[in-house]
Amino acid sequence: MNRFSLADTIEMSTIVVLVKQVPDTNAKIAVQGGRVDLSTVKMEMSPYDGFAIETALRHKEATGGTVTALTVGAAGTEKILKDAKAMGVDNIVRVWDDAWSELDSNALQSVLKESIESLGAHAVYCGKSAADTGAGSTGPGLAERLGWANASNIINAEFGDAVTVSMPVEAGVAKISVPLPAVISCDKGDFKPRKANVKGIMMAKKAKVELLTANAPASSVVVAHHSMPAAKPAGKTYEGGSSASEVVQLLRDEANVL
Amino acid sequence: MTDKIVIAELTKGTINPSTAELVAAAQAMGGNVTVVVPCTDASMANQVASYDGVSKVIAVKSDVFAGNDSSGWASALDGAMPQGTVLFLATSRSKDVASRLASRRGLSVVQDVVSIEGNNLTSPIYSGKANQTVTVNGDAVVSVRANVFSGVGSGSSNDVSVVDASGDVKTAVQEIMQRASARLDVSEANIIISGGRGMGSPANFTHLEAVADTIGAAVGASRAAVDTWEEIPHSMQVGQTGKTVNPNLYIAVGISGAIQHLAGMRSSKYIVAINKDADAPIFQHADYGIVATWEETLPVFQDALSNLLG
Repeated sequence: MNRFSLADTIEMSTIVVLVKQVPDTNAKIAVQGGRVDLSTVKMEMSPYDGFAIETALRHKEATGGTVTALTVGAAGTEKILKDAKAMGVDNIVRVWDDAWSELDSNALQSVLKESIESLGAHAVYCGKSAADTGAGSTGPGLAERLGWANASNIINAEFGDAVTVSMPVEAGVAKISVPLPAVISCDKGDFKPRKANVKGIMMAKKAKVELLTANAPASSVVVAHHSMPAAKPAGKTYEGGSSASEVVQLLRDEANVL
Repeated sequence: MTDKIVIAELTKGTINPSTAELVAAAQAMGGNVTVVVPCTDASMANQVASYDGVSKVIAVKSDVFAGNDSSGWASALDGAMPQGTVLFLATSRSKDVASRLASRRGLSVVQDVVSIEGNNLTSPIYSGKANQTVTVNGDAVVSVRANVFSGVGSGSSNDVSVVDASGDVKTAVQEIMQRASARLDVSEANIIISGGRGMGSPANFTHLEAVADTIGAAVGASRAAVDTWEEIPHSMQVGQTGKTVNPNLYIAVGISGAIQHLAGMRSSKYIVAINKDADAPIFQHADYGIVATWEETLPVFQDALSNLLG
């Protein structure tokens, strides 16, 4: 009979949650000199990341382990790490190199892969997309680089040796068993992000941000410029509900959409 | 000029007609266009064999395409298709597969493209509050929004080659709970009627459903409605933290038009707003605005639609 203790044989889960700083989704966006001007816009954690943190914390509560929140960004992005800490994550990590400016998806995911591997993660959670680009590339792209399973846009999860997620598919909602290690991206679903309590906020103030760096390949996709969407010409306005019949006729004759 | 590879979009087991739009988008980037058809039955490729402007059609046959595992899709496609810039339709599943394929090939991915000038690709950012144009050097994987490009015509007869592929499936489906209602999802509808907090109660959404049934529309909601009422699920939410939509017709009822909401629907071709508050910001974006309560407007609207379409 082997004489290890149980604690030696069960590997504690190392869970990483990816967070990103984006402009407040209620803010107006302006373009100055061909670039988006964010100088007066409040920055915040991308809303879907809150669902990812909540899911990661529930994973830890179910199986044990630690949750590390990680962002890629300059020093100004540390506030969202503190917000994650206040919600209850154990560790906060910022990955950056001052030589970086804009990382394309290939460069960003290479950086994330290296960082995730150096942290020894078993499960990575992220928001289904960030509120800036809305691309949703990071979760599945990172999973592929790591050679891990992934599930996207999940709305519920149960935690065990594998994570059983609920996600929308063409026919309805599928329950899918995702073996670990895996990258899982979270939609707004059954898990409401918990609010930080006073103790959490106090601990977050004192928490130390761990700094990492990684190798980033040169970007082949570069931002050329930003622009505002074309303004729509002014529409027609009617008073009173009886005008609805006229509008229906115009939808047929003028807009040609009925 | 690198070759362009269009991945045909599958919707409920058939070729989505927007695949012809992807060919037009590929032509806008330049180079020879190959169409790759992921399928379980190679005869599906016959549908695209008649597309104009295509130099080659490859039917990639694999069981993985009957499922939803994006790893399986990406690995089966990767092994069966040539190098080049790859174009997908910007649907939820295809964006996922696009990201994985890009990773397999060490490429970058540019999602939700709405305009192409050679190597310059434009996508909405902040859910459409602004546009971002990027320059792509070399190959990339690109997803293109539906309803933006005019599809190529048909009449050609392209040769179809068939490749058997296997994919690396990592996840296992345990069960699928069928959608309870046959109602369309907002992300796949040509017409959407959405309600806001001005609807007064979630029960009043039945009035929107009645209109939706008449015109084959999906029913959506504002964030305010979703946050206020448990009965209105997040899957109905249109906006920056919900779904971004660009239908032919968007009807906003009792929605004031918060920036958040406008971001998700402003690219709709035609917008109708019904709101009792004449100062509601939604009217600045509406092609047709009706200043009135929904209670007095929807019955008239419904009758007129029934007369027109019935």
